Amino acid sequence: MSAVQATDVIGQRIKRKEDPRFIQGLGRYVDDITLPRMVYMALVRSPYAHARLKAIRTEAALAMPGVLAVITGADLEKAGLAWMPTLAGDRQMVLATGKVLFQYQEVAAVVAETREAAFDGAEAVEVEYEPLPAVVDPFASLRPESPLLREDREEKTNHIWHWEAGEREATEAAIRSADVVVRQDVVFQRVHPAPLEPCGCVADYNRGTGRLTLYVTSQAPHAHRTLLSMVSGLPEHMIRVISPDVGGGFGNKVAIYPGYVCAVVASLRLGRPVKWVETRTENLTSTQFARDYHMTAEIAAGRDGRVKALRVRALADHGAFDAQANPTRYPAGLFSICTGSYDFPTAFAEVDAVYTNKAPGGVAYRCSFRVTEASYLIERTMDVLADELGIDPAELRRRNFVPPAKFPYRSALGWTYDSGDYAKALDLALETVGYEELRREQEERRRRGELMGIGLSSFTEIVGAGPNHLFDIAGIKMFDSCELRVHPTGKVLARFGTRHQGQGHETTFAQVVAQELGLSVDDVIVEEGDTDTAPYGLGTYGSRSTPTAGAAAALAARRVREKALKIAAHLLECGEEDVQWADGRFQVQGAPARSVTMKDVALAAYTNPPPGLEPGLEAVFYYDPPNLTFPFGTYVCVVDIDKGTGDVKVRRFVAVDDCGTVINPMIVEGQIHGGLTEGFGIAFMQEIKYDEDGNCLSGNFTEYLLPTAVETPRWETARTVTPSPHHPIGAKGVGESPNVGSPAAFVNAVVDALSPLGVRHIDMPVTREKVWSILRSHGIRG
Amino acid sequence: MKRELTLTINGQPYTGVVEPRRLLVHFIREEAGLTGTHVGCDTTSCGACTVLLDGRPVKSCTLFAVQAEGHAVTTVEGLAREGELHPLQQAFWEQHGLQCGYCTPGMLMTGAALLERRPDPGEEEIRRAISGNLCRCTGYQNIVRAIQEAARAMRGAAEPVSAGQGAAGAASAARGGMVP
Amino acid sequence: MIPAAFDYAAPGSLPEAVELLRRHGEEAKVIAGGQSLIPAMRFRLARPGVLVDIQRIPGLDFLAEEEGVLRIGPLVRHAEMEASPLIRDRYPLLAETASVVADPLVRNLGTVAGSLVHADPAGDWGAALLAARARVVLTGPGGERELALEDFLVDTFTTAISPDEILTEIRVPAPAPRSGGAYLKIERKVGDFATAAVGVQVAFDADGRCTAAGVGLCAVGPTSLRAREAEAFLAGKRFEPEVLERAGELAAAASSPVADTRGSEAYKRDMVRILTVRALARAAERALAA
Ligand SMILES: Cc1cc2nc3c(=O)[nH]c(=O)nc-3n(C[C@H](O)[C@H](O)[C@H](O)COP(=O)(O)OP(=O)(O)OC[C@H]3O[C@@H](n4cnc5c(N)ncnc54)[C@H](O)[C@@H]3O)c2cc1C
Ligand code: FES
Ligand code: FES
Repeated sequence: MSAVQATDVIGQRIKRKEDPRFIQGLGRYVDDITLPRMVYMALVRSPYAHARLKAIRTEAALAMPGVLAVITGADLEKAGLAWMPTLAGDRQMVLATGKVLFQYQEVAAVVAETREAAFDGAEAVEVEYEPLPAVVDPFASLRPESPLLREDREEKTNHIWHWEAGEREATEAAIRSADVVVRQDVVFQRVHPAPLEPCGCVADYNRGTGRLTLYVTSQAPHAHRTLLSMVSGLPEHMIRVISPDVGGGFGNKVAIYPGYVCAVVASLRLGRPVKWVETRTENLTSTQFARDYHMTAEIAAGRDGRVKALRVRALADHGAFDAQANPTRYPAGLFSICTGSYDFPTAFAEVDAVYTNKAPGGVAYRCSFRVTEASYLIERTMDVLADELGIDPAELRRRNFVPPAKFPYRSALGWTYDSGDYAKALDLALETVGYEELRREQEERRRRGELMGIGLSSFTEIVGAGPNHLFDIAGIKMFDSCELRVHPTGKVLARFGTRHQGQGHETTFAQVVAQELGLSVDDVIVEEGDTDTAPYGLGTYGSRSTPTAGAAAALAARRVREKALKIAAHLLECGEEDVQWADGRFQVQGAPARSVTMKDVALAAYTNPPPGLEPGLEAVFYYDPPNLTFPFGTYVCVVDIDKGTGDVKVRRFVAVDDCGTVINPMIVEGQIHGGLTEGFGIAFMQEIKYDEDGNCLSGNFTEYLLPTAVETPRWETARTVTPSPHHPIGAKGVGESPNVGSPAAFVNAVVDALSPLGVRHIDMPVTREKVWSILRSHGIRG
Repeated sequence: MKRELTLTINGQPYTGVVEPRRLLVHFIREEAGLTGTHVGCDTTSCGACTVLLDGRPVKSCTLFAVQAEGHAVTTVEGLAREGELHPLQQAFWEQHGLQCGYCTPGMLMTGAALLERRPDPGEEEIRRAISGNLCRCTGYQNIVRAIQEAARAMRGAAEPVSAGQGAAGAASAARGGMVP
Repeated sequence: MIPAAFDYAAPGSLPEAVELLRRHGEEAKVIAGGQSLIPAMRFRLARPGVLVDIQRIPGLDFLAEEEGVLRIGPLVRHAEMEASPLIRDRYPLLAETASVVADPLVRNLGTVAGSLVHADPAGDWGAALLAARARVVLTGPGGERELALEDFLVDTFTTAISPDEILTEIRVPAPAPRSGGAYLKIERKVGDFATAAVGVQVAFDADGRCTAAGVGLCAVGPTSLRAREAEAFLAGKRFEPEVLERAGELAAAASSPVADTRGSEAYKRDMVRILTVRALARAAERALAA
C-alpha cells in the first residue's frame, strides 16, 4: 500500500515513477535498441552552404569492406522520395538533387555492416560541387540582387510569407499622438535546443509481415506515423512508430528528418533493420533550430507611464526550408502574445519570413510557439520605456498590468487570457529578493563606481495549443487524448497521445488519474509513445501536455466514473441517483458509511456487472481545449559586472511562477530550474553562428556553449496559484515559462548595470566582450 | 586488424573481437550490452559517457577499448549492490536529480567518485566536480542537492552506530532503499 | 564520430617504445592520455597508422622535487598536479593551472607532457611552464637530450621533438624563498580553451624588490609566449600599482592574438593586460605572505 492517500494526490510531492529505470542505467533510448541483422547508416553532408551538385560518385564507397548500399538523391527521385513535406506546408529535400541549400545538408546515405564501416563509406563518397554565393543575412535575402535560393518553388522570391495581427491604423494614430514613443531593435539570435540525446532511429521493415516499425526520437509519434505514411506511400496501419525513452527534446524532436526517411528507404531496400543515430555535429548543424527573429518594437505611452499602443515588426530567418512546426493558421506561432502582461488599448504586429542558406527549422524550443521571442521583446522594451520616462521598471510594469478584475481579458491582438494576478506575482518576487534594499545598495555602489544591475521580467505565456477550430498542424487538429483501462483488481493502464522527454508524465498523469479515481499513484501506470497502443494525439511540445493530455486524463477518468457509478449503485443496491462520489469513493447519499471503492467497482465490472450493462471498465477521451492557458510570473535578476574583463556574475535570481494548479510541486520546481538554466545559457552563451559564406561556426559543444554547473546560478523559486478557469483541474502547464520569461530578466539586469553609461540595449548572447567594449568605449579601463 | 579483447566491467569479464579503433563506450554498450552509458557528443564535452576507470571518472568516448585492457571499468550498472541502490541513486530519485535521464548515469559515476574521495563536499566543490558533465534538463540544482544528501547518508552510515541502532540498519541507510 | 583504422602497440619499456617509433617513422604517434589525440582522430583530422601507447610502461608517472628541481614524469595527469600536496604547497602556479585545464574528467586522463608535445598555443601548460622556466627531456634512439621549453615550442602544433623521440621528463626549478606564482584564465565556460590566460612566477628580495619574474601568455600567439619585456621591466622593482599596470601593458604588447569565436584581437590583448596585473598582484601576495 502506498502511503499517499487517494484524495490528496494532486499537489503532492511524489517521487517520479519513471526514475528507477533511469538511475540504474536501464532506460531504453533509441540507440540502445539492437535488432538481429541490424546494419548502420551514416550520411554524407554538404561542405557548402549553397552549391550546384555536379556529380556524385559512389563506386569507391561501395567497394569498401562492409558497405552494403549508397543511396543518393537521384535514387530517391526515382521513388518519388527526393522531397518530403514539412510541418509548415513547405517541402524539404531528403537527399539533395540539383542544389544544396545549407552547409551540412544531406547528400547521400551509406549503409554498412558496422558503424565504423558506415563512416568509412561516407568518407569515400565523392561529390563534386560548384559553389554559389551564399545568402546568410535575412535582410540581404530580400534585396532584389540576392540570388534566388529556392528554384523549385513557383514563387520566384526568397520571401516566404507575411503575417499580421491587430489594428494597423489605430496603432499608428496612437503612436503619432502619444507623449512618448520608444523604439528598440532587438535580435533574438538563432539557438538550438540541443537535447543531450541526439536524434536517431532504427527502421525495421519486415518483408514477411510487410510492416515497418520505426523506433525514433519523437515528441509526436502519431504525427510522424501519419506523415511517414503520406511520404512513403506505405499504408498507415502498416507503420508502427515507437518513441522509446527520449533523452530530452525541447522542440528538437518534433520534426521528421531526412535521416529517418533514408533509414526507412534503406530498410525497405535491404530488408534489414537500419540504425541511424546522428552525431552531435549533425544535430547542431542540420536539425531544428529556434528563434532567429529580428524584431523592432515601438511603445507609445503617456508621461504617466500608461501604455497606449504597441507596434512590432519582425523578420524571421527560416533557413533553407520552412520547416518550422507551427500551427497552420499561425505561421508566426503565438507571437501575438507580444502585448505581454500589459493592458495595451491597441496594437499591431507583423512578421515576414525569408529563406537563407542556413539549416531549416524554427521550433518552439522549450516554449510555446514563438512566445519566447514575443516575451523577450516586450519585457526588454518595457525597460527601455522605463528608462525613457525615469520610472522604476517595477513601478512601470505595475501601472500597466492587466488588472485581475479584467479577466477573462481580451488582448489587443485577439487572445482571451484565462486568468491572472500579475501584481501578486510581482509583489512576491520583489519582497523575496528585497528589491528596495537592493536599489539602495545599487545606488551606493554606483557612487563607488561599481556596476551592479537589477533586472525584472513580468511575462505572460500562452500555452496548451489548442482549440481545434483554430489549431492544427498539417491539417491534424491539436487535441490530445487519454485512454484508460481499469483492470479487475483496480489497477489502471493509462495511455496518452503525448510523449514525455523528461517532463515526468508517468508521474503527473498518474496523479491526475489516481485523484479522479480515488486510487493510489502506484495503482496507475502511464504509457506513451507507441502508435499501435496509444490513442491518437499530437505529442509533447509547446507546454501543451498538461493543458491537453492532462485534461484528457481527468476527463477520461470522469468518464470511467460515470460507468463506475452505475456499477456502484448495483453493488450498493440503490438507485444511481442515490450514489455520490465523495472522498474518493462511491457513497450512498445520506449514509456515507455505505460505500464502495473504485477497486470494488473494478472487480464487479468484470465479475458482477449489473444486468444490461456492458462488462469492462474503460474510457477514451479526446480533449479539444476550449481555450489556451496563460501562465505568468515575475523574475528578478541581480548581477555584478567586472569592469576589467566584462564578466557578468549573476548574484541572485528569484523566480515567481504561476502555472495554476500544481499537480506535483517537485516536478514543477525541477522544470523551472531547467528552464531558467536554458534561459541563462541563451542570454549569455548559446548561439548558432554562421560566417559570411554560410559555414556554421557552432557545430559542436566546443563552440555551441552550454552552461555547466559552475556557470549556472543558484535559483530561488516561489509561486502564486491562479487556477485556469477552463481546465478540468485548473492547471496551466509550466515546462517552458522559465525559458520564456528569464532571458529578459538577465539582459535587463546587465543593461540596468550599464545604464549610467547611457546603455539601453545589448543583444544576446551577452558575452564578456560585448560588455567590455561598452566599458572601454566609455573610457572605463578596468 | 581485429583482435580479441577482454575487459573487466563491474567485476565481470566481457570479451569481444574488435578493431583497435573501437571506442570504450561502444565496447561497453555493444560488446558488453550495458547501455546505461550514453553518448551525447563527439568532442569530449558532455560526459554522458562517464565511467570509472580504476575508480576515477573518465569519458569513455575518448578512450579506446584496447587502452582499458587490464583496468577495472565501472559503469552505472555496477553502482547498485545486491539489489540495493547506491545512496547516490537513491538521492537522485528523492531529490528529483534527473528529468530525461540521459545525463544521469554519467552524473552518478562522477558523483560517486567524488564521494569516495570527499565525504563532505561543499556546494562549490560539487559544482566544480560535475562541470565535465552537461545536463540539459535539470539546471543542476537538484543534482547538487542529491549529491549532498547522499554524502550525508553515507557519512551517517560510516559514523559509529549509535546505541539501539543495529549494524544492519546502518548499512541499509547507507545503501538506500531496495531496488523497486 | 569514428577514427580511421590504425594499429595499436603497447610496449612495456621505453627502449621498446622508441624502437617502435623509429621503425614506423611518421606513421606512428605516441598516445598518452589521448585527450588531444583521440578528439582529433574522431574528426579524422589526425590519422596515424600506428598508435604507440606509453601508458603500460612502468615508472613514468613520477612527480617529485629532487635537488632543487621538480621532476614531472610523462604520465603525470592534470588531476595529479591539481591534487598533489607538493604542488599545492610549493607550486601554486602549477596547481592553479591544473585546476583550469579542460574539465575534471578530461583532467583524469590528459597528461602535462602530452599537452606540451601537442603544442596548442591555447594549451595552459605551455604558458605556465614558460613562466616557471621549465626544461624538457627527450629520449630517442640516440639517448636523451634536454631543452629549454622555450626552444622546444617551435610553432602552432609544432615542437622540436622528432618522430622517434618521447618526452620523458619536465624539469621545473624549485621556487626560491619569497617567491610565488599564479595562473589566471578567461574561458567562456568550464571545459573551454582559454580566450586568454597568463601565468606568472615571481621572486623578491628581503626589501620586497623583484629578483626574478616569469610571465607566460596563453592563446595569444602562434605558440605559448614569454612576455620578455614585462619580465625585464619588473626586475628590481617593488610591485606598486603603476608598476603592475606598466607590466600589464608590456605583456599586452608582447601578445599577438588573432580574432576568432573567442574574441577580437583587441579584447584578447586587453585581457592579457588585465590578467597580467591581477596575476602579478596575486603572486606577489603569495610570495610576500610567506
Ligand atoms: C574537452 C577538452 C577540453 C580541453 N581543454 C583544455 C584546456 O582548457 N587547456 C589545455 O591546456 N588543454 C585542454 N585540453 C587538452 C588536454 O589538456 C590534453 O590532455 C592535452 O592537451 C594532451 O595530453 P594527453 O596526455 O591527452 O595527450 P595525447 O592526446 O595522448 O597526445 C597529444 C599529442 O602529444 C603526443 N604525445 C603525448 N605524450 C607524449 C610524450 N610523452 N612524448 C611524445 N609525444 C607525446 C601525441 O603523439 C599527440 O601528438 C582539452 C581537451 C579536451 C578533450
Ligand atoms: S559522449 Fe560526450 S563526452 Fe563522451
Ligand atoms: S536529465 Fe536530461 S540531460 Fe540531465
